[in-house]
Amino acid sequence: MNFEFSEEQLFIRDQARNFLSQECKLSVVRSVLDSDTSFDRKLWQKVVGLSWTAMAIPESYGGLGLGYLELCVIAEELGRSLAPIPFSSSVYLATEALKSWGNEEQKQNYLPKLAAGELIGTLALSEGLGAPTVAAQVHDGALSGTKLPVPDGDVANFAVVSALGDTGAVGLYLVDLEGTGVERETLSSMDPSRSQARVIFDGAPAQLLGGGVSSADELAQLLDRAAVLLAFEQIGGCQSAMDMGIAYTRERYAFGRPVASFQAIKHKFADMYVALELARSNAYYGACALSSDAPDLPLAAATARVSATDAYYMISKENIQAHGGMGFTWEFDCHLHYRRAQLLSGLIGTQIQWKEHLATRLLKAA
Amino acid sequence: MDFQDTPELADFRQQVRTWLDANATRRTDNGHIGMEGEQANHEAKDWYKKKAEAGFACLTWPKEYGGAGLTSLHEVVWTQEVENFKTRDAQFIIGIGNCGPAILHFANEEAKRELLPRMASAEDVWCQLFSEPNAGSDVAGLRTRAELDGDNWKINGQKIWTSGAQYSDYGVVLTRTDPTISKYRGLTLFMIDMRQSGVEVRPIKQMDGGQHFNEVFFHDAIVPDSFRLGEIGGGWNGALTILMSERLAISGIQPTGFPQFLDLVTTLELNGKPIAEDPIVRDRLAAWYSQWAGLQSTNKRMLTAVAKGGIAGAEASLGKLVGAVMNQEIANFVCQILGPAGVIQDDTISPAHAHFQQTVLFSPGVRLAGGTDEVMRNIIAEQVLGLPQEPRADKGMAFQDIPTSSG
Repeated sequence: MNFEFSEEQLFIRDQARNFLSQECKLSVVRSVLDSDTSFDRKLWQKVVGLSWTAMAIPESYGGLGLGYLELCVIAEELGRSLAPIPFSSSVYLATEALKSWGNEEQKQNYLPKLAAGELIGTLALSEGLGAPTVAAQVHDGALSGTKLPVPDGDVANFAVVSALGDTGAVGLYLVDLEGTGVERETLSSMDPSRSQARVIFDGAPAQLLGGGVSSADELAQLLDRAAVLLAFEQIGGCQSAMDMGIAYTRERYAFGRPVASFQAIKHKFADMYVALELARSNAYYGACALSSDAPDLPLAAATARVSATDAYYMISKENIQAHGGMGFTWEFDCHLHYRRAQLLSGLIGTQIQWKEHLATRLLKAA
Repeated sequence: MDFQDTPELADFRQQVRTWLDANATRRTDNGHIGMEGEQANHEAKDWYKKKAEAGFACLTWPKEYGGAGLTSLHEVVWTQEVENFKTRDAQFIIGIGNCGPAILHFANEEAKRELLPRMASAEDVWCQLFSEPNAGSDVAGLRTRAELDGDNWKINGQKIWTSGAQYSDYGVVLTRTDPTISKYRGLTLFMIDMRQSGVEVRPIKQMDGGQHFNEVFFHDAIVPDSFRLGEIGGGWNGALTILMSERLAISGIQPTGFPQFLDLVTTLELNGKPIAEDPIVRDRLAAWYSQWAGLQSTNKRMLTAVAKGGIAGAEASLGKLVGAVMNQEIANFVCQILGPAGVIQDDTISPAHAHFQQTVLFSPGVRLAGGTDEVMRNIIAEQVLGLPQEPRADKGMAFQDIPTSSG
């Protein structure tokens, strides 16, 4: 048994950590948070330059042909650094959808450009409050309806959109977001360092992805893969938020001693550590299932997702608490993680939905 | 990443399976095997003897001391396989898991050759004598005195919470040999013959009605100096070795209550409906499964680190902390979903032979034994995260000058 990343994968992780600690300081995250821009284009271009967008794309489509484990270690570092770029939308969702279901022509058209960062893609499922339902429709190759929220929908070049087809069945469609019949606007959200959009389609040209993705199970497989990758972003964020709190409470004195020496604070950090270790272990198991396409991937992915979402919420809120009043200021960085924890818990479905997935899958297996 | 055994371990796993199939009965459910009573001890002793004769006892100990000279990974394989069988394989874990390593580290050669093989085959049963009425989480505050008298030590005082003392032939006892210096430096560790007139064992009746633990009184009990473990005044280091071994020993078998909960959820119907359809049950199932699965995978990460030559550290405290809390919470939740009859503890009425009701009453003890939840959090905070220690009021004082609750 070897339940750890390989030397090569750990090397990629260290390289990513070094790179992001230089190029994605929290000031970079803040400049996106504080401005009207939706993402940091310079950082995105550098990330593309390192071929992270090409990592899990086969060589025949212009990628590096590496596996998901390499992508997992990158995801952890993107989460740790709170990178304000549309990586998850383009790489975990749009690219994976094309790899899974695109026909040869679609793969040839899209994957090399996704690998080279010439295109940014996203996945548009939600249509407003509540769990995603599909009312958007495609008639004779033209899509109409409203998707909200679409992660990075204001900056993506294209989207993979769920819609009802001519037969009334749900399918996934490729839609050019810069073409005719598309209107989009950036929405206010709890984490403006990663953008969310409303996209209104009014007769936009839509091309069925591959031979048609019919079953909900198939779509679930895509979301399961994304769940594992997002869990790595979440545990990266957890580690960084916990480290932030530890550093601060060691330095800060009250009643003549470091705040970190009080058991009320130490026990808080012990609980954070426990939540993080459980989440990390579940994410590792998810990575293992993902990389080997194991039959228990659905359960492993839901477990990784539920665990990581719980941990990031808990750690990001208790990090604020450990900082005291300063943790509530705009100036201190605690809120950046608290915001990101909210954002990540919303992508691809919230905790309530994933817990239900987990229970269903567990009972099916039991 | 993979879950494959190395060829050597795969081979060992096969040997173990074959032997267990021939010598033990497979389990059919997740029910508990009772741990109490003379009968249980007899069955356990037979089992230990059998596995010692087959070379499967104390796998990590050197062969000359009754072990098999194998690695902790072999031990893990054994634990994984034996879990599928009805055995009393964990009956003497305190002696073998806690006292064993202390003797391996600190006893003289003659004592090791004489005592360890008898411990491995359970011919002798061992207990650990640390806690005292006034020394629980602050175990270094203990007062049981050991005074040198010729070649022997005379022991006087009282221990408490000693598991299995009533069945034990020997114990490992932590004593105070010098009250005039700081509390950590005045301690010394000994092996002691429990079958002597100066040792009196009285069972403690627990809040759940069971009698797993004891008080042990020493009235001029005698220990030869050859039974001393380590240096005079070096007892605290020895005790830390033992406490760390204890957390490792129990981290694999720490009850979480989750397998029993999953069994219940998949089988029980209430008011004509499977409880598996209840949204609240499903929510809790998902939450506890994600913790339980996290513990299993954390264990795998720890084993990977061990396989690569690392040592399992204070991380083992995590499993103790999470499992003990989950165990209690699950039991309470199940009793709540059973309605007013949840309070009934009766084999013929309560599901799973009243396992959950028993657990409600026993689980508070699990959160205290072997280091309380709070001590586990301190260990994680200080030893894993490197946070500073809480200032101590007894720092720099001679033991005899430290204020205590009983004056």
